[in-house]
Amino acid sequence: MVTTARPRTKKPNYHWMLHAGLIAGAVLMLYPLLWMIGSSFKPEGQIFSDLNPIPQSLDFSNYIKGWTLGTGVSFTTFYLNSFMICAGAIVGNLFSCSLAAYAFARINFKFKPVLFALMLGTLMLPFHVIVVPQYIIFNTLGWTNSFLPLIVPKFFAVDAFFIFLMVQFIRGIPVELEQAAMVDGCNRGQTFLLIILPLLTPALVTTTIFTFIWTYNDFFGQLLYLNNERKYTVALGLRQFLDASGQSSWGAMFAMTTLSLLPVFVIFLFFQKRLVDGIATTGLKG
Amino acid sequence: MATVQIRDVLKSYGTLQVIHGISLDIADGQFVALVGPSGCGKSTLLRMIAGLEEISGGDVEIGEVIVNDLPPKDRDIAMVFQNYALYPHMTVAQNMGFSLRMQGISKAEIRAKVERAAEILGLQQLLDRHPRHLSGGQRQRVAMGRAIVRAPQVFLFDEPLSNLDAKLRVQMRSEIKELHQRLQTTTVYVTHDQIEAMTLADRIVVLNAGRIEQVGSPLELYDTPETLFVAGFIGSPSMNLIKGKVVLGDSPTIVTTDGVSLPLPLVSGLEAGSEITYGFRPEHLSIDPSGMKATVVVIEPTGSETQVNARFGTTPITAIFRDRVDFRPGDSVPLLPDNKRAHVFDTLTGQRLHA
Repeated sequence: MVTTARPRTKKPNYHWMLHAGLIAGAVLMLYPLLWMIGSSFKPEGQIFSDLNPIPQSLDFSNYIKGWTLGTGVSFTTFYLNSFMICAGAIVGNLFSCSLAAYAFARINFKFKPVLFALMLGTLMLPFHVIVVPQYIIFNTLGWTNSFLPLIVPKFFAVDAFFIFLMVQFIRGIPVELEQAAMVDGCNRGQTFLLIILPLLTPALVTTTIFTFIWTYNDFFGQLLYLNNERKYTVALGLRQFLDASGQSSWGAMFAMTTLSLLPVFVIFLFFQKRLVDGIATTGLKG
Repeated sequence: MATVQIRDVLKSYGTLQVIHGISLDIADGQFVALVGPSGCGKSTLLRMIAGLEEISGGDVEIGEVIVNDLPPKDRDIAMVFQNYALYPHMTVAQNMGFSLRMQGISKAEIRAKVERAAEILGLQQLLDRHPRHLSGGQRQRVAMGRAIVRAPQVFLFDEPLSNLDAKLRVQMRSEIKELHQRLQTTTVYVTHDQIEAMTLADRIVVLNAGRIEQVGSPLELYDTPETLFVAGFIGSPSMNLIKGKVVLGDSPTIVTTDGVSLPLPLVSGLEAGSEITYGFRPEHLSIDPSGMKATVVVIEPTGSETQVNARFGTTPITAIFRDRVDFRPGDSVPLLPDNKRAHVFDTLTGQRLHA
């Protein structure tokens, strides 16, 4: 019997087309960013006349001009202010959200389901809804034009997202660990500090990173409460370059904007893996 | 070391009562096993002794102190959990020394005590490892090390061997027994495995649906079960239990609905026509021409003994022979229970009828 070898149907390779499409999409998405970075090295006159994002020469004068700003306050102050607010917000969130999450996850108290639902409900409440009453409160307290409105609330577990993240994480920790700790001589506080908190580390890292990024990138809240240039943050500092009368110094602004991206970029670079860990692993094995 | 006294202890969750007044005295240094099917309240009782579960009624005393309202840390107990509950972020040494650290004992002393406990359990090489790098048996041993390092008044074990494979379970079982013989600490041990209870305990407490069925030494429970439940629960393979009615003639017999008739031992309280259950252990059956014809269904030789599943009429029975037997499925074999060691229970009340 003769068997005729069937010609193998070879699938045409479409991979290169897929990749070409994806690369084109990526370039399209990245173009504004690349253009901004390129423009930060161009002389003022070239910025809007030359659409090529690659500058002809590397000119750092925009950076020097931008950093010192020319008003007596430099970006050194803005960065320090930004980092101070971020640090305060991070400490506040770590402290208050972990405590609130522990209570929701492990302690039985009256109206817990209702309170938990309310807490989650605040996730759906846009900031703009509460901005006026909140401003009135802080104004009455005399806290406007200070960092307090941006830091103090974080000590009262206002970020429902982090509480929810930690609640889910704590629920994944076997309850026997806490019971063992209680038999071993811990009270509630010690159980929380010595057993739960160390095991919560991935969620705490996630909280730290997100709090930093969100606080650092926040413009509206900082614009609302900070009026004095000495209290300005990086986000507000960038606005200084735009002049309503049309005398905007674009080159300096692009230079500072490029620099302002660095902290977030670095954080993403180093903690990318931990970010996913915190969200994906809500428990312990073994 | 201390005595543990449990007096009329109740437990209810809302309106659901799960423990209905249990009283139990545990002597100093005794090893007591709480055994029963799942949901019988054995773990709940243990957790009430530990202080992890509130006591709804009655008293628990440890070392002649009522501990009802004391938190676990003030009861001077150590507990080994089913999943070991080792702290994942601490090394073996830190795990074992944690309770001492909480007592504020100096680091040098903790180190010394941990090392001594590690030596007893053969854990010296593992002290710097984390629990995730240990095998199941090693974790189990660390959990025991954590318990013995603080020399508590009472050890509480909550099904500590049920996460291990069969071979390791047997090995750890004898290690626990050895440890108890060495330390002589009062121990309460919860298990659903009656073999574990039989081999380890000085006294066994059989629980069923939140009540004590019987308390006694392993052999007492085996030889004279006081209730039908204990008769069926203790022993593997379990006791043959045949339901029927009493017929009083020259000698009393039990007659089942499908016509099987077996002679009964002499016990008091037998009335003609009363519903009883006749029980005999598989190893108390012998091949005897005067016995009842049984039909062989399955033969399971294990080498040391042969288990034969057969039927008296339609009633399934199990027999165990130490001698090699030459049966085939379908054979009809005359089997006779040894009435000196048989048991009779009132079917309605489940209580034993004594001789």
